[in-house]
Amino acid sequence: MTLFLIVTLNGLTLAALYFLAASGFSLIFGLMRTVNMAHGALLLLGGYVGYSIVDVTGSWGLGVVGGGLAAALAGAIVQAGVLGWMQGDELRQTLASIAISIIMADLMLWYWGGLTYQVELPDALAGGQRLPVLGVGYANIRLALMGFALVVGIGLWFLIQRTRFGAVIRAGVDDQDMLRALGYPINRIFVIVFALGGMLAGMAGVVAASALSIAPGTDLQFLLSSLVVVIVGGMGSIGGAALGALLVGLAEQYGLAYAPTYGVVFTFAIMVLVLAVRPQGLLGKAEL
Amino acid sequence: MNKLKMAASALALCAMAVPASAEDVKVGVISILEGAFAALGQDGIRGAELAVLETGGEVDGNKIEVITMSSDASPDSAVNAARKLIEQDGVDIIVGPLSGSEGLALRDLSKSYPGVTFLNGSSAAQDTTLRDSSDNFYRFGGDGAQWMVGVGDYAFNDMGYKSVAVIAEDYSFPYTQVLGFMTEFCEAGGKVPEKFWTPIGNKDYSSVVYSIPQDVDALFVALGGADAVNFLTQYSQAGGEKPIIGGSITIDQSILDSKGPFKKLLVGAPAGTPTVGDYDGDEWKAFTASYTEAFPDGFSAPSIFAHHYYMSAKAAMLALDEVDGDLSDDHAAFRAALNDLTFTTPTGGTMRLDKNRNGVIDNFVTEVYEREDGSLGNRVVKVVRDVDQLLGQDEEVFLASGPVSRDNPSCP
Repeated sequence: MTLFLIVTLNGLTLAALYFLAASGFSLIFGLMRTVNMAHGALLLLGGYVGYSIVDVTGSWGLGVVGGGLAAALAGAIVQAGVLGWMQGDELRQTLASIAISIIMADLMLWYWGGLTYQVELPDALAGGQRLPVLGVGYANIRLALMGFALVVGIGLWFLIQRTRFGAVIRAGVDDQDMLRALGYPINRIFVIVFALGGMLAGMAGVVAASALSIAPGTDLQFLLSSLVVVIVGGMGSIGGAALGALLVGLAEQYGLAYAPTYGVVFTFAIMVLVLAVRPQGLLGKAEL
Repeated sequence: MNKLKMAASALALCAMAVPASAEDVKVGVISILEGAFAALGQDGIRGAELAVLETGGEVDGNKIEVITMSSDASPDSAVNAARKLIEQDGVDIIVGPLSGSEGLALRDLSKSYPGVTFLNGSSAAQDTTLRDSSDNFYRFGGDGAQWMVGVGDYAFNDMGYKSVAVIAEDYSFPYTQVLGFMTEFCEAGGKVPEKFWTPIGNKDYSSVVYSIPQDVDALFVALGGADAVNFLTQYSQAGGEKPIIGGSITIDQSILDSKGPFKKLLVGAPAGTPTVGDYDGDEWKAFTASYTEAFPDGFSAPSIFAHHYYMSAKAAMLALDEVDGDLSDDHAAFRAALNDLTFTTPTGGTMRLDKNRNGVIDNFVTEVYEREDGSLGNRVVKVVRDVDQLLGQDEEVFLASGPVSRDNPSCP
């Protein structure tokens, strides 16, 4: 029983990380219909930059913000410099973003090398807690991770549901042409949303580098998990990303604990099931 | 007129003779240059390059050309890399691959290319050479079981561990490592109540961490690269305090040079390995010195990968020298030279092959210690010389125990 509860807790914390990674991906898709395959590369870039900042300054918070900003800048450049030129041509954008992700991965391998990096945690997060009831040690960083994901999730919800900028994004999701006709600078909005998505990815990268570790290849792992999460949850919906992350995180952890050899299958079984029964994702809107 | 003809034909003969005695020998090196093993794979390439550098880039007037290819730890990527090297680049010799199951795949592939000689890089699955071996596939090194010789015994008798849980990646190389450890450990009377096989490249080990039984004395961890870093970090964060016994690449220098707070957990941990960064043998010191001189951006000492790619490339260079670069008749003379080759390894032992073309090696039991500058190194506790692939057992008995797998061996 203790094991089951612990594994559930593990699933929740992993889901928090997946949510952080996937929310930006989903946001970008929701507004622009761009499947940004460079999302994993943005995440890894954020992680590396965060590591370097923490290494120099010793401040973890600064590292998270710095990693997020670096990825936001990179995201904005990707949209303004490349993907913006082919707006509306989703296939070309997807292919171009794959190219960008490969180029970025190689540049990062060149600069940071192939070592495995871990971000040094501040003292408050470094140790473990004795959990009440269960009586086992649990890493602080993983508990903090859940809090972090909650804050980000609520922040995003507030931004999108309660602010004027959010209203513009929602309008863009529903009817881009109308928004353009009303005189909104849609290209600038695209760049801002891309930067926001990059920022989320970059922060997720630093958090992933703290709770787990980052190395070449991490980009593709998180891209894959983000894809699965948004396919399960529904493209373009923050709630969907949360639900998808929850399902995928729990499936992965139960798999690892109870059937380690076949654990990977569970995640994809969920995806296949969702695609078969509800192709737009659990909380996604059907395309017209 | 006749004189002119003679001169012309003499000239033609010379022209033909020159490339015949000074042909380029193309060596393809396959290693993992992407993903979690990228840093380790890069070091393998350094090892192969070092052996070629030592010859000055040519053997008996034959220029050695090195072409590198990346695989991604999957068998089919290694096969693709080898096919590309053979069919597009026309290589004569392949050095590689890095990882266990890749080695099995290239062993099979080598049977369809009798005109190419394959020298294993650092892949260490048992059956690459033990069962169904291939005449043109050579391993100047050991398998994962040979690399653990001495550790099971040390863990039981010297450290006093009676019961050990195993955490290892789910493929051929860790199976072989676990066999090497358990062969001695179980024979001494130890128990292994539980084994956790995790997918390669797994990030989140927390659920494995909490499944580890509380009543074991130690953990045998056979994970490599980022996987080892992730597991050890999460284990220490969860308050885990069991002592660690390391596999050969769990506590390689490349892991000790990685960055992160997990490393405290490793101090004092024993491991089995054919490569020790801080070994103080004269040959090793000389090897380390030439490695650091040739590759200032390398690790602080050659890793197990640099060491093994070096030995294979070295063997190829020595055998080439013996036959004056003659690779005619499907490498017949070259292979005979390889079969009979003996040379002194960087660890001071004598490398030679058994009848399956698998190396007889030196192995070390090591322990992690903290150097004065705070970085970590491995120091030698025990050297076991002349370890063969049968681990000193009778061939028939050894083969009868069957191929390694998740459940073989077993001693709960």
